[in-house]
Amino acid sequence: MAEIKVPVVRNILQANERLASENRRRFDEAGIFVINLMSSPGAGKTSLLEKTIETLAGRMGIAVIEGDLQSSRDAERIQKKGVQAVQINTEGGCHLDGNMIQIAMDSIDLSGVDLLIIENVGNLVCPAEFNLGEHEKITMLSVAEGDDKPVKYPLMFQICSVLLVNKIDLLPYTDCDVEKIRQTSRQLNPGGLVFEISCRTGEGFEPWLSWIENKVGEHRKNRSGAAPHADKS
Amino acid sequence: MHELSIAQSLLDIIVDESQRHRLGRVDKVRLRIGELAAVVPESLRFCFDLVSRDTVAGGAVIEIETVAVAARCDKCDLSFEVKERVFQCPQCGEPVFEMLGGRELEVVNIEGETGGEDG
Ligand SMILES: Nc1nc2c(ncn2[C@@H]2O[C@H](COP(=O)(O)OP(=O)(O)OP(=O)(O)O)[C@@H](O)[C@H]2O)c(=O)[nH]1
Ligand SMILES: [Mg+2]
Ligand SMILES: [Zn+2]
Repeated sequence: MAEIKVPVVRNILQANERLASENRRRFDEAGIFVINLMSSPGAGKTSLLEKTIETLAGRMGIAVIEGDLQSSRDAERIQKKGVQAVQINTEGGCHLDGNMIQIAMDSIDLSGVDLLIIENVGNLVCPAEFNLGEHEKITMLSVAEGDDKPVKYPLMFQICSVLLVNKIDLLPYTDCDVEKIRQTSRQLNPGGLVFEISCRTGEGFEPWLSWIENKVGEHRKNRSGAAPHADKS
Repeated sequence: MHELSIAQSLLDIIVDESQRHRLGRVDKVRLRIGELAAVVPESLRFCFDLVSRDTVAGGAVIEIETVAVAARCDKCDLSFEVKERVFQCPQCGEPVFEMLGGRELEVVNIEGETGGEDG
């Protein structure tokens, strides 16, 4: 017996990373644009999906994966809008991972789908570390949660392509300073976009919807252009 | 919390490496964790103690090296430490988009004893 030191140098999350890249390959083969939507509980993720689907469902095929600790309430809300929705119950797990998405994909008919939105479990910390194979991460913050959140939960605001500041209809009733949110998230994430919206009134939806339509267009192009160069960006 | 699934993944790697290197017992594990990683060290240690019980790594000490956030300005070709989480070049003042480090969640090495189960 001898005491030895073994160099390892391995990413602890490599198993999940592998699953995520398998998912990604599948999405790219199908030419589907995939979003991982994250926020704290109740910021308005499902409301955003309902409102987004209302406008976009006539223009593209949409499917949704709903992650929740329990219940299939959110998936039912989405199905009412006439869109495929699969519920994942994490039974206590605080985030979705690549494996859960792989399983959920078996219950989705991908033909005709252009946009897949994954609503992560409501949580501003844990989902940030687990890639699902998505093309873009979207973080949502509602103004009622306070303007200090980017400072307190930096990773979630650092990794997102778009920050949606929701519930701006409530601004008169809060002390939230949206300019402060913009400034701190710009410092963390200079390349990120910020859209201010209200899922209640529909205010501010235009830039968000056209951002999605552009992205979906790009991914569609990759599908129809039979050249197998799915590895850009 | 997610530290539990991270601890489980960490254990999987340690078990794999200890088999590969024929370790009968793992005493120490060294990790590198980026300042921006969403992991609470105490919580990770606690979860690791739970999942590693009755395994080759039961009772192992977890040493954590914290990695500062680093970025690179492509205009100035300058790599620097990101202070106060402001991704801005200290030389030209422009925003920087290339992150070099700060999100690590890595195993660096493990220490243990080769051979039998006893001891
Ligand atoms: N005033 C106002 N209320 C909103 C807005 N968006 C959502 N809500 C309300 O906020 C509550 C939570 O909305 P959800 O869409 O269920 O939030 P969620 O993020 O999906 O919640 P979880 O899935 O439980 O994490 C509901 O009562 C919504 O009606 C908004 O823009 N303004
Ligand atoms: Mg919801
Ligand atoms: Zn510079």
